[in-house]
Amino acid sequence: MLNPKQSDKLASIMLYSIAGFVILVLAALVGYILVQGVPHLSWHFLTSPSSAFTAGGGIGVQLFNSFYLLIITMIISFPIALGAGIYLHEYANQKNQFIRLTRTAIEILSSLPSVVVGLFGFLLFVVQFKLGFSILSGAIALTFFNLPLLTRSVEDSLRSIPDLQREAGAALGLSRWETVGHIILPAAVPSIVTGVVLSAGRVFGEAAALIYTAGQSAPALDFGDWNPFNTASPLNIMRPAETLAVHIWKVNSEGIMPDAAAVSAGASAVLIIAVLLFNFLARFLSSVLYKHLTATK
Amino acid sequence: MTANLQGSLNLTGSQPDRHIYQMDNDKHEIALYTKDLQVSYGNNVALKNADLSFERFKITSLIGASGSGKSTFLRSLNRMNDDVATVDGQIMYRGLDINSHDIDVYEMRKHIGMVFQRPNPFAKSISDNITFALKQHGLHDKAKLAEIVETSLKQAALWDEVKDDLKKSALSLSGGQQQRLVIARAIAMKPDILLLDEPASALDPISSAKIEDTLMELKKHYTIIIVTHNMQQASRISDYTAFFHTGEVVEYDLTRKIFTRPKVQLTIDYVNGNFG
Repeated sequence: MLNPKQSDKLASIMLYSIAGFVILVLAALVGYILVQGVPHLSWHFLTSPSSAFTAGGGIGVQLFNSFYLLIITMIISFPIALGAGIYLHEYANQKNQFIRLTRTAIEILSSLPSVVVGLFGFLLFVVQFKLGFSILSGAIALTFFNLPLLTRSVEDSLRSIPDLQREAGAALGLSRWETVGHIILPAAVPSIVTGVVLSAGRVFGEAAALIYTAGQSAPALDFGDWNPFNTASPLNIMRPAETLAVHIWKVNSEGIMPDAAAVSAGASAVLIIAVLLFNFLARFLSSVLYKHLTATK
Repeated sequence: MTANLQGSLNLTGSQPDRHIYQMDNDKHEIALYTKDLQVSYGNNVALKNADLSFERFKITSLIGASGSGKSTFLRSLNRMNDDVATVDGQIMYRGLDINSHDIDVYEMRKHIGMVFQRPNPFAKSISDNITFALKQHGLHDKAKLAEIVETSLKQAALWDEVKDDLKKSALSLSGGQQQRLVIARAIAMKPDILLLDEPASALDPISSAKIEDTLMELKKHYTIIIVTHNMQQASRISDYTAFFHTGEVVEYDLTRKIFTRPKVQLTIDYVNGNFG
């Protein structure tokens, strides 16, 4: 038998090794992708359009598409998730059967395979609603599995704020809406932003759901034309838009350009770097926002 | 103060099982009283038949063991139990039954403020903690707000410690300071009645003593009802004391009577610390 001190030590060693293993896997993966991809990166690669048959194509359009699709997805899904999260945690009667059903539905929605969501989006939005292969179709499909994740994280963020704060608001004669809007939400901002970042990472890297909704083609964009109603405008949400992740998939599965491997490696590195940058930026923003909202210096 | 015994339940010899001091409305100004107040959580009755009157500009202590119903009673007075419990009976305040359905609870809570056991300042600056609710209620005059910040912090005996950094986060204050800030926040609303649920139990003795001094000062302007586990505290600061036991008010009287000549055996046991 081990004495408590020894078993403590053993447990620590085991937990450290498990954590170390996870970090090692992550580091190896990220390291490999970066080592393979970074040498191919150049300003030309990042800004020029892709080429289907000849070497020297870039990922400029795909990179822009990924960010733009992410933003449109967030514009659609974040307000819904925020409202749903606030309702579920602050207003809903937790014992109500309907609320339990809603929670179960959200969980099921989050476990749907993304390719199924993609095909469903294809049939409903692309074909039935005649939205075509477009950023809008893609954003709606992404909203489908972004919503449960975001709603859950908003709800968890609200749950992490102690009830004492709600009681404090109520005891001062503030309505529930005032308390939630001005006291609970500002305090929950850092963890809500973390949730947004996590789901953004997932959306950014999503390919399967987009192949049949946002499409696999990236028509050249005219970056001088910012009228969202023009076909070549980057802001047009009705144009087909191959994203970075879809491009990686496509180049690997059916790319016939001579430098396919290099394009794929470079694009993968850009994808990883973008997600990392996005992470750090969001953390920075959330701390600035938190300080601004709560006057903590 | 002259004792008024005319309403006592039992004036003859043997030990009564209840003794509720009935206030004479002609001599004492009543700020609030309850009639037949009963609170239940599901099928579990936490408080029954509570008839208590609270005199204006006095401190009334509610004492009793954990689970005796004293906090439940206190939280029912400004309807903080609405979501979790069923509250039957009447709570009369200025001729209105504030336990009735058509009462605007948000408006009512501006008159009946509350301070909780654990300090709960908002994650805002010290001054915003005090002004936030006032602004929400429509007061935007900067000079007036600054004046309220100063007077309420002074009343809560916190002004001297924080006057130079009112823009600092309230979360950077110590526990005792936070609790006084919360009291300042409550009195900034200019309530009639201040309910305190064990406000000093999470604090060290020095902070606790400061809170007590603050309350003694506040009773000049406010009617105070305080739940406390600390018997010395109850006897030091309160004018009246109610002893709760298993969901009932067993004895209610002037504090000095409760602590020197209680009428009910249970009270005698409790205040002497011989509680089983």
